[in-house]
Amino acid sequence: MFEAILLTVITASTPLVIAALGELVTERSGVLNLGVEGMMIMGAVAAFATAQLTGSAYLGILGGIIGGGIFSLLFGFLTLTLVANQVATGLALTILGLGLSGQLGEAFVGMPGVRLQPIVIPLLSDIPFFGRVLFSQDLIFYMSVALVFGISWFLFKSRAGLKMRAIGDSHGSAHALGINVVRTRYLAVLFGGACAGLAGAQLSLVYTPQWVENMTAGRGWIALALVVFASWRPLRVLAGGYLFGAVGIGQLHAQLLAQSGGIAIPSQLLSALPYVATIVVLIIISHNRRTTLINTPASLGKPFVPDR
Amino acid sequence: MRIELQKRANTSMLFSLLSPLLALALTLIAGAIMFGLLGKSPLNSLYIYFVEPLLDVWSLHELAIKAAPLILIAVGLSVCFRSNNWNIGAEGQFTIGAITGSILPVLNPEWHSPLILPLMLVMGMIGGALYAGIPALLKTRFNTNEILTSLMLVYIAQLFLDWLVRGPWRDPQGYNFPQTKSFQPEAVLPEILDSGRAHLGIVFALIAAVALWFMMRFMLKGFQVSVLGQSERAGRFAGFSARRMVWFSMLLSGSLAGLAGISEVSGSIGHVQPVISPGYGFTAIIVAFLGRLNPLGIIASGFVLALTYLGGEAAQLSLGISDKVSRVFQGLILFFVLSCDTLIHYRIRLIVNPSAAQEGKS
Repeated sequence: MFEAILLTVITASTPLVIAALGELVTERSGVLNLGVEGMMIMGAVAAFATAQLTGSAYLGILGGIIGGGIFSLLFGFLTLTLVANQVATGLALTILGLGLSGQLGEAFVGMPGVRLQPIVIPLLSDIPFFGRVLFSQDLIFYMSVALVFGISWFLFKSRAGLKMRAIGDSHGSAHALGINVVRTRYLAVLFGGACAGLAGAQLSLVYTPQWVENMTAGRGWIALALVVFASWRPLRVLAGGYLFGAVGIGQLHAQLLAQSGGIAIPSQLLSALPYVATIVVLIIISHNRRTTLINTPASLGKPFVPDR
Repeated sequence: MRIELQKRANTSMLFSLLSPLLALALTLIAGAIMFGLLGKSPLNSLYIYFVEPLLDVWSLHELAIKAAPLILIAVGLSVCFRSNNWNIGAEGQFTIGAITGSILPVLNPEWHSPLILPLMLVMGMIGGALYAGIPALLKTRFNTNEILTSLMLVYIAQLFLDWLVRGPWRDPQGYNFPQTKSFQPEAVLPEILDSGRAHLGIVFALIAAVALWFMMRFMLKGFQVSVLGQSERAGRFAGFSARRMVWFSMLLSGSLAGLAGISEVSGSIGHVQPVISPGYGFTAIIVAFLGRLNPLGIIASGFVLALTYLGGEAAQLSLGISDKVSRVFQGLILFFVLSCDTLIHYRIRLIVNPSAAQEGKS
């Protein structure tokens, strides 16, 4: 029983962790992309369509990554090349993504999906309890763990990561030092989009292997909140993602328990819990102005036009 | 090839007027391509989508019904966005306004007094304002990001509405449909003309737009909004309070969204049901930007976006295209308008040979 719950928590948390990690990198470079929800749903529909047409869930993953990535370049072009307002453009990306995915996915509604099969790692998966929970998962879960440590290493141990953080904290100074601000930011936006696409692929290939309109259900926004919660640190994204995933799964189990026990808790109240939890967490994290100020990339959301 | 931006010394008046029109033209071109890809005749589709709904009286009324909430919400949002407060939870404030405004007719279906309607409208506005007050309080007191909190509150409001109409507010004689009793005639917003369904909502929208245009143009409050929005520091030196501006803009936009909510429920639906809005609160964000955050411009853009809803329905009937096309159109409009706005502040140069330009510089 406990093991089964833990497995569902992992499945529910993985997309949050991946999408938030991508957004973390984008924001560390000083760009605020509010279009996570839109990129995620585009990834979900692209992954589902690719898997459906090729019959391979692995090509589906690739489709999701490419779908989210290409979609993020639209945001990059507007905010980085045309220096449009980042908040408004992010919203536009979400609105367009939700509409476009509904249109593209129309043909796939109600089709049984291609489920991504778990990869059982020999020996390690024989460890009692942990083996089943951690080493008999699907590829996307392994990728999420690799991303957490990979991004940690990149941001804090590599030269390119240092440059990226410098851009995020002061794009003017970074530009003066000869770092190509716009190119780096394009790459960061693209990476964020690819991650959101991968998170979407997880939803339509693993979490619920089918296509449902609006199937992201606000997860992109929760991922955005997670980045703030994690104060822009990858390891804390992992912890926060699992916290939010557990709240989501917890409320589902509470609904079932309430139903079977005949307790009259409105299901809507429990469904609202993840959103309430997000607000509560934001309050706890943000109320100390000084630590928020220290942690937030200083150039976040500010437009940059290279002077000549 | 490379694109380079050159800051204009002054913002371009020409492009301030031209950019929304340019954006619409680009949207039409993109739309024609999209219809072509769907295997329909582009010109005929565009005609059915954007012209036919304007040709008969019935659909002009529908246009006014759909434009009313869009304009009401968008003029409120324009003040928010101008003052750099990003309320994107208008959909939730709309929902809560509809709920609080409906308390009287749902709980007192036998109260036949002319007082009921004005009270409903006021309660709707208060409900919307209080709901927008939550992100305002959290922003001023706890420094939380209003974008995320106001958006989370949308989901919560929709779940609350769902619970109400399936639970305590459900009409016992309603054959188990999740909806309340139909409102008594005194609680229904009157129609403005004999020729069709358009109700007072559109009048409220026009009044609100003109009033806010006057405020932004001629009153100190409007000046405070612009100064604090462009530079909080400059505003502080002038003695304006950013904290109070958060409250002002959020409560204002919340109350207008609430008014839109109760007008929609009382004017065009006639009872409360689980879904009362086809995303007006989010589409209003597009309306606000297409109107260049100017209340008078928003009147025009409100009708344009209302047309995308009607066109979507028409295309579904006569072309067999899903009405999701209208969501795509709405997203495209916002994209193009944001891109075209760049022309107001910058000159765009295409540099064909970047290496030559680099050498010239060094």
